[in-house]
Amino acid sequence: MKMIKNAAGRLVPDKINGEKQIPFAGVNKYRPSGYKAKLPVRSCVDYPMDGNKVVKSLKDALIKSGIKDGMTISTHHHLRNGDVLTNTLFDTLKELGVKNIRWFPSASFPCHQHLIKYLEDGTIHHIEGSMNGPLGKFTSMGKMKGVGVLRSHGGRYQSVQDGEVHIDIAVIASPTADPFGNANGVTGKSACGLIGFALADSEYADKVIVVTDNLVPFPCLPWQIQGNNVDFVVEVASLGDPSKIVSGTTEVTKSPDRLLIAEYVAQFIDEAGIMKEGFSFQAGSGGTNLAFVLYLKERMKAKGVKARFVRGGSTKYLVELLEEGLTDYILDGQTFDLEGVRSMRENPNHVNTSPFTSYNFHGKGNFASIIDTAVLGATEVDINFNANVVSHSDGYLLHGIGGWQNCLYSKCTILAIPSFRDRIPVIVDEVTTLCGPGELIDVIITERGIAINPLRKDLIKAMKGSLLPIKTITQLRDEVFAICGGVPMKPKTDRKQVVAVVKWVDGTILDSVFKVVT
Amino acid sequence: MKNPKIIASSGQRGDKVRSDCFCQIETNYSEGNEILIKSKVEVMYGKSIHKLASDIIEYFGIKNSKILIEDSGALPFIIAARIECAINRAGLGNGKEYLLPINKKNTYATAIDRGRRSRLYLPGNEPKFFINAGLHSPDGIILDLEDSVAPSEKDAAQLIVRNALRSVDFFGAERMVRINQFPRGLEDLKYIVPHNVNVILLPKAESADSIKTMEEEVEKLKKQHEVKNEIYFMPILESAQGIINAFEIAKASKKNCALAIGLEDYTADIGTQRTAEGRESYFARTMLVNAAKAAGIQAIDTVFSDVNDMEGLRISVLEAKSIGFEGKGCIHPRQIKVIHEAFVPTFDEIEKAKKIVTAFDDAKKKGLGVIALGSKMIDAPVVKRAQNTIKLAIENKLIPKNWNKN
Repeated sequence: MKMIKNAAGRLVPDKINGEKQIPFAGVNKYRPSGYKAKLPVRSCVDYPMDGNKVVKSLKDALIKSGIKDGMTISTHHHLRNGDVLTNTLFDTLKELGVKNIRWFPSASFPCHQHLIKYLEDGTIHHIEGSMNGPLGKFTSMGKMKGVGVLRSHGGRYQSVQDGEVHIDIAVIASPTADPFGNANGVTGKSACGLIGFALADSEYADKVIVVTDNLVPFPCLPWQIQGNNVDFVVEVASLGDPSKIVSGTTEVTKSPDRLLIAEYVAQFIDEAGIMKEGFSFQAGSGGTNLAFVLYLKERMKAKGVKARFVRGGSTKYLVELLEEGLTDYILDGQTFDLEGVRSMRENPNHVNTSPFTSYNFHGKGNFASIIDTAVLGATEVDINFNANVVSHSDGYLLHGIGGWQNCLYSKCTILAIPSFRDRIPVIVDEVTTLCGPGELIDVIITERGIAINPLRKDLIKAMKGSLLPIKTITQLRDEVFAICGGVPMKPKTDRKQVVAVVKWVDGTILDSVFKVVT
Repeated sequence: MKNPKIIASSGQRGDKVRSDCFCQIETNYSEGNEILIKSKVEVMYGKSIHKLASDIIEYFGIKNSKILIEDSGALPFIIAARIECAINRAGLGNGKEYLLPINKKNTYATAIDRGRRSRLYLPGNEPKFFINAGLHSPDGIILDLEDSVAPSEKDAAQLIVRNALRSVDFFGAERMVRINQFPRGLEDLKYIVPHNVNVILLPKAESADSIKTMEEEVEKLKKQHEVKNEIYFMPILESAQGIINAFEIAKASKKNCALAIGLEDYTADIGTQRTAEGRESYFARTMLVNAAKAAGIQAIDTVFSDVNDMEGLRISVLEAKSIGFEGKGCIHPRQIKVIHEAFVPTFDEIEKAKKIVTAFDDAKKKGLGVIALGSKMIDAPVVKRAQNTIKLAIENKLIPKNWNKN
């Protein structure tokens, strides 16, 4: 393995887990060529004519799928922290004595710390997806056999589509399914809303296993996953803990500082001229990201301005916008609360969209770049507007990328973040791990002030004379360092040991995560 | 004979603690000192915490002790206060104080007649609330040493408040401290007077004497520490006795800038309960307003404590304004904006103020000593109030900055 300096100035390996890699070449610089991944020709006569694909257990399904050492197995994250099925899956693989699996989840959660023992005993070789919480710590300590790969939601789709990752077996947790394999996430005791992130897996994997705790007679409607792509169906008693799958309601933060940031965000969007008739924005479920919608709504009402569409993560707050006529549509990527689920069921203008309408690098365009503004978070931002979302300043991996990288393509990307957390500076000289290049990040909004990327002369001009506390990013950094007690020390890392890499949306390597030395 | 081993501690620890730390000192532990640090920010600031701890124990001449610090992301001013408190509790303080350099932004003075629409109470031993309080632009921030601090933590709060007055940027808010009742309150003064406190709130004031006692002590400390900035007083009347003596209390010192009312204690004292309607306290509140106005100082209303009821707060401020109060107490930063908006002058008030200020400016230009509006003479306090109204109107963007430049 050789380390190369990429276009962002970061040292990245030319090879990981035995495969050749392409270093990041700059935003929109790299164009892969050739053809998308190909599927083997299948014939319907090889599948049960009566449409009954039910087998007696997950173990059976895995054996019939030809499970063997070194395979790539994918799962999705729609059960969030309530997911039990993934843990059961690896218990089963262990029982079968399978080794060196590449686990390819669309995201991981703290509940998956159960898998650490399988990373230790070699059942799992490495993770490509996200390494959250305890898995992140494990990876950062250099204990994983292979090198982890962190991808955005769009990047995961890209890697499957262009053949960078070939899924051998997809195991799809399905809150409702029929014996043919049609499946959805909107009904059943483990209902999670959508299961859109498993779409790519169902289409591209060699073998597809649908696992459900609510088996209904054919047809299962709506079929978010099409039975025509499914090999086996397994019925289990329970997929997970419903109380941890979807929240009953999402509440706006009560933190006065976060509310202040949210207020600044709304005021900025208004004063910068982004909030005008027919505009669009992306909103998430995090504290600040939820709260700014309320302040923006007040401003929209006062000015009589209506949005054309809002992209969710939907919550009751977006639903209110829709129902009060302040937006024509919600284009929803995932549903966070029960009000969102209700609205999607009842209102034809609350549209269920696959995440890949917005996040597809190999598509002929994306919704993400049409959106006027996206309000996102970050764990660190540096004075060149580069941002980090996967690790903290202590060097440990803690979060996944999610759709964050993909959303950076909006016309005005705003990071709404505290300038420091406890005593941990969020505005720093250089990010610990680079996840988003500064040229795509337009505005940083903190409780101590707002910094506009110098590349955005138009925004700087628009905000001249504003009463908002507009500062330079270095001013913000200096303030933060003064409060926290000086320049923070960097974590000690072993620059020879890459434990994970961060991929950019095009499949190139943006940065390396190094082993933390204690 | 060997000295006995002493173990003393201060601060907070545990999973739920944020921006605070726990410090324990164990004397006669070993040859030389040992500093043990477990910190959430070990990687970033571990060395700097170690240096701060070493400086402090050296300053106090601590020997052969073990210092344990369990840190949940506390800023330096908090860590220093916790260590010093543990040292004091071990009986090793020797009357010395470890002072961090004063933040240059914290030297501003206040004026006796500045606006005091909102005053935000912060519990004195919970430093995590101090750090960003000023960002929410209250007129005043009160670091409370009295009711919000447990009796066993009074000594800890004194140090935290002292360090905060030196280190935390209040972003121009008036720097207030509510001290305890005497005699502890007099002791509190030592921790605040030398560190640029702007206003001292004296709770449960009942007589002119207590104000005079406080004034003497403050003057003594100011001289001793060469404090230049004025320090003003805001007596809080919270009893039947206090209300009856309101005028006498208001006049007791030239340093009084306002009288405030505390209704929880007052209603208990007269044997009733607070109601939303407030008939039980109407006498006390109008009495206080009258006494304050008679003495030429401000009248400040009690705290509105339901942080979820913003509409109730707005109505309560409008009611307070209607009977002559100029300020309201609050306990959550989100209440500040509501209070300020409710105190925004009305259209008629602004129009009247414009005329007065214009007449004043004209008279000044012409070198006239007497200001008249139509056939009426205008006194200086009336002009001052009109100027304040104009200032508020500009701040709230109701009139342009250059409203009179035509």
